[in-house]
Amino acid sequence: MSTQAEPQAAIPADTVSGSGPVSDGTGNITGGNTGPGASSGWMVLLFFIIGLAGSLLVGWIAFPHLLYEKKEQPVRFSHVIHMDQVDDGCNSCHYFRDDGTFAGVPDLASCEDCHSDEAMGEDPAEQLFIDDYLSKEKEIPWLIYSRQPPCVFFSHAAHVKGADMSCESCHGDYANSKTLKTYEQNRISGYSRDIWGYSISGLGSGAPDGPRPMKMNDCAACHLKETGSKGACFQCHK
Amino acid sequence: MTENNQHKKVRRYGMVIDLDKCTGCGACMVACYSENNVPFRTDETKKLDSLNWLRVFKVSNNKSFPDVDICHIPMPCMQCDGMHGHGHAPCVSVCPAVATDYDHETGIVSQIYTRCFGCRYCMAACPYHARTFNWWDPVWPADMKKSLNPSVSVRMRGVVEKCSFCFHRYQQAKEKAFVEERMQVEETEYQTACAEACPVKAITFGDLNNPDHKVHSLKKDKNAFRLLESLHTNPKVYYLTKRDWVRRQCDNIDSHTDIKE
Repeated sequence: MSTQAEPQAAIPADTVSGSGPVSDGTGNITGGNTGPGASSGWMVLLFFIIGLAGSLLVGWIAFPHLLYEKKEQPVRFSHVIHMDQVDDGCNSCHYFRDDGTFAGVPDLASCEDCHSDEAMGEDPAEQLFIDDYLSKEKEIPWLIYSRQPPCVFFSHAAHVKGADMSCESCHGDYANSKTLKTYEQNRISGYSRDIWGYSISGLGSGAPDGPRPMKMNDCAACHLKETGSKGACFQCHK
Repeated sequence: MTENNQHKKVRRYGMVIDLDKCTGCGACMVACYSENNVPFRTDETKKLDSLNWLRVFKVSNNKSFPDVDICHIPMPCMQCDGMHGHGHAPCVSVCPAVATDYDHETGIVSQIYTRCFGCRYCMAACPYHARTFNWWDPVWPADMKKSLNPSVSVRMRGVVEKCSFCFHRYQQAKEKAFVEERMQVEETEYQTACAEACPVKAITFGDLNNPDHKVHSLKKDKNAFRLLESLHTNPKVYYLTKRDWVRRQCDNIDSHTDIKE
């Protein structure tokens, strides 16, 4: 027992004496007590940052790519060309009916007011429109960026006539666009990304050069600012 | 929110129903079903399962011939103003989801089906049984789907619904007014489906605050009363009758204490 106890006691004694090799050992030991602890802390932080960045990339970039199905409009349409031809700006095709309802995207009959079986320009897209739709009397299945869910009532008359708002203040500057942008449809809900997907928790101001976000909170925020009240539920719901 | 709206010209849409004219034909109920996409069951004999926004009740004086008399009482949502007219309708006060609220512009109590989660507190709170619950998803006969009203959303299983005074018609009238650059919606432009359908014109609809509307004078008629007035729910649906027994059955204690037996 005593012979075993002596070397055990000798180790701390050597440590205290501070002889070369032992002090190296203590240096390593003390380094081991603080050094690996600090570096593992940095590692945790590093992995946390990598993980966070990865999650954000997945959440903000990869997931929306998966969630939204990209669809192109059936006809390549240039607002610029048409704005040169018409007299009354947006109203020429996107007009109010006499009963106060809004025509929205024009139907084929409105196109036929100007277009005939003979192309007016040289754009191949026009020829395609004539061949595929006009001559067959078939409505163009436009994809509507701002279509709201069926529980929503939206009055263009109240905003355009009542509040004197311009089209582009909500829809973006379409009048100067030469093409129509890609329509993004939520694969789960079927709604357009323009009304739902660009503003999360009130963050984000909508697509670049695109329309204003059209979620319920966006409507309520503007109503509160402009009219002093979010309005009753029935103002926007049906 | 409330303050701001109250400074504007406040409309209070309401109804005056002449019970002495009502024959109980039920045309108002049919019109309501069709206008508002109210679902129905294949077997509508079990009335506890029925959904209706407007129900015609039948009351009787329980006397034997020749003194027997009956009265039909069409009951839409009463669109209660609440005590002192602050919009604290019984249903609005209890809704935990803010799925129903009081519109200070028109005085109409709204119901948002997509927000409602079906706890049915509002049904328990409503003293008029004006609210009904969707126990099933609506099933429409194939051809009928085409005739659904696009201005009113179709409700789903698990939500409460109620009469909206055909609010979509108000919205449509307002749109027309905006386009014609008017600020006022005329009396004839906004009428509920039931008021239009009534063959004997027992239902009069309009703005109770507007002296040009017929309801404004009708509500002051000496024969006018409201249902369960003692509860101070302050409904905007008035009834007219010359028959005292009807008024007694409608529990009109407060304002007509002079009713003679």
